[in-house]
Amino acid sequence: MEYLSVVFQEVYKILFLLIPVLVSVAMIVWLDRRVWAFVQKRQGPNVVGPFGLLQSLADALKYIFKEMIIPSSSNKVIFILAPIVTMTLALIAWAVIPFSATQVLADINVGILYLFAVSSLGVYGIIMGGWASNSKYPFLGAIRSAAQMVSYEVSIGVIIINVLLCVGSLNLNDIVIAQQNLWFVIPLFPMFVIFFISALAETNRPPFDLPEAEAELVAGYQTEYSGMMYAMFWLGEYANILLMCAIGAILFLGGWLSPLEIYPFTLVPGALWLILKILLLFFLFALVKAIVPRYRYDQLMRLGWKVFLPFSLIWVVLTASFLFYFNLLPVN
Amino acid sequence: MIAHSIFFYTFSLIAIVSAIMVTASKNTVHSVFFLILDFISISCLFIMIGAEFLGMIMLIVYVGAVAVLFLFVVMMLNVAQQKNQWFAAKDSSKHIPVGLIISTLIFVEIIIVIGGWKYKPEIFDINNSLSQSSLSNTHSLGQILYTDYIHVFQISGMILLVAMIGAIVLTFRQRAGVKRQSYIKQISRERVDGVEVLEVETNKGVRIDD
Repeated sequence: MEYLSVVFQEVYKILFLLIPVLVSVAMIVWLDRRVWAFVQKRQGPNVVGPFGLLQSLADALKYIFKEMIIPSSSNKVIFILAPIVTMTLALIAWAVIPFSATQVLADINVGILYLFAVSSLGVYGIIMGGWASNSKYPFLGAIRSAAQMVSYEVSIGVIIINVLLCVGSLNLNDIVIAQQNLWFVIPLFPMFVIFFISALAETNRPPFDLPEAEAELVAGYQTEYSGMMYAMFWLGEYANILLMCAIGAILFLGGWLSPLEIYPFTLVPGALWLILKILLLFFLFALVKAIVPRYRYDQLMRLGWKVFLPFSLIWVVLTASFLFYFNLLPVN
Repeated sequence: MIAHSIFFYTFSLIAIVSAIMVTASKNTVHSVFFLILDFISISCLFIMIGAEFLGMIMLIVYVGAVAVLFLFVVMMLNVAQQKNQWFAAKDSSKHIPVGLIISTLIFVEIIIVIGGWKYKPEIFDINNSLSQSSLSNTHSLGQILYTDYIHVFQISGMILLVAMIGAIVLTFRQRAGVKRQSYIKQISRERVDGVEVLEVETNKGVRIDD
């Protein structure tokens, strides 16, 4: 009986987190398309519901009622497993995101490592989908995407080390609290820029959307997918983008902290501040999609390995020396 | 405690079954996927005994990087097509004794280490320094690795570096006739270098390729 009540409590908490995440994923798809349209002086989706807010819902309904086609020469188990893996990995990472000092599903010691591990597993959904389709374009897309994600993870890892040097803990709440006086975006601004660009590459967003470059690869690893499975890939992708925005907000923009610790700002709950910061970062993601042309693949690899990695490594040395010289290293 | 053992047996069952499936499955790509499942369940076991740092590093390094490269190699080499030739060959019994000897050796080694841990705990000096501390295991690992064992740690890093350079040297070959793209040249190209506006006379035309 005791176990059962614990299980119910946890399920209740998980649903309380998951349903808003899923709804907001649907909403940011709409936001993405709207921002994209406005940059190009178009209207974007504005017909379904007020301001077109229900567009994603209509799209989801369409996908549900479409036929799911499984290619006869595909590897069926892995073909079906791939979108499930993508979606699951995009959602389980939200377990450690702190919405305030107490509002967090799992306040684990190695929170940032968990996030890093889950985001590095994200590549499997794409490889599995690309390989199991047994077709040329998906396979090429999957190979491209895997190489790209593995390369940019390295620089994201080094950037995380930069932040951890200033914090002295892997716990996400500790990382947020360490920014009480100064958000890390100010002293580590170059790292924030590199993190943002690497996050674009990690989530396969334009200008790094080589894996699904429609001019060359039809739709990359999703070419053979249809109906609900395609929708799951698409939801997982956007959930991953939101997650990268959340990681950026926690690492550099002070997470759930309010920008100023004075009267009118302190009334706003921490969760709202985190959501606002995530939305700000997502707005930048959407803008970049609209205004930047696609990278060439060799230049993408060059940028990851020859520019970002050495630069962030040098910055690690700089940060460590600065903290050591001025005796600011967080020791407990 | 019951929940703990249920989870323990679930994860270890998955780990053992998937380890068997790695060798038993006919498709090589499936083998790699089972290997990944094995890595994941072992990292879950690590987390269950309180070694959360090791578990996460296991996920990041093995699952996130090493297994991706395995998958790459297996998919690109198309070994999946060879459909179990290794076991179907006539002289398949030749490698069984070698395998048995190696697995016995590994088994004996594990027994020695675990037996020593259980019956002679004083031979492991790390054991004592770790057990009293109330620090999280990330902190205690860092405090041991970067103080007492810094040289060993650095040397292991150097060995990895040597392995990487060795692999590059072995596979590197200079090919003649490769057209390299100069990044600086490409982005420093201006409109005046590339575009020329000409007055074209009727019926005369212009030469553009000189």
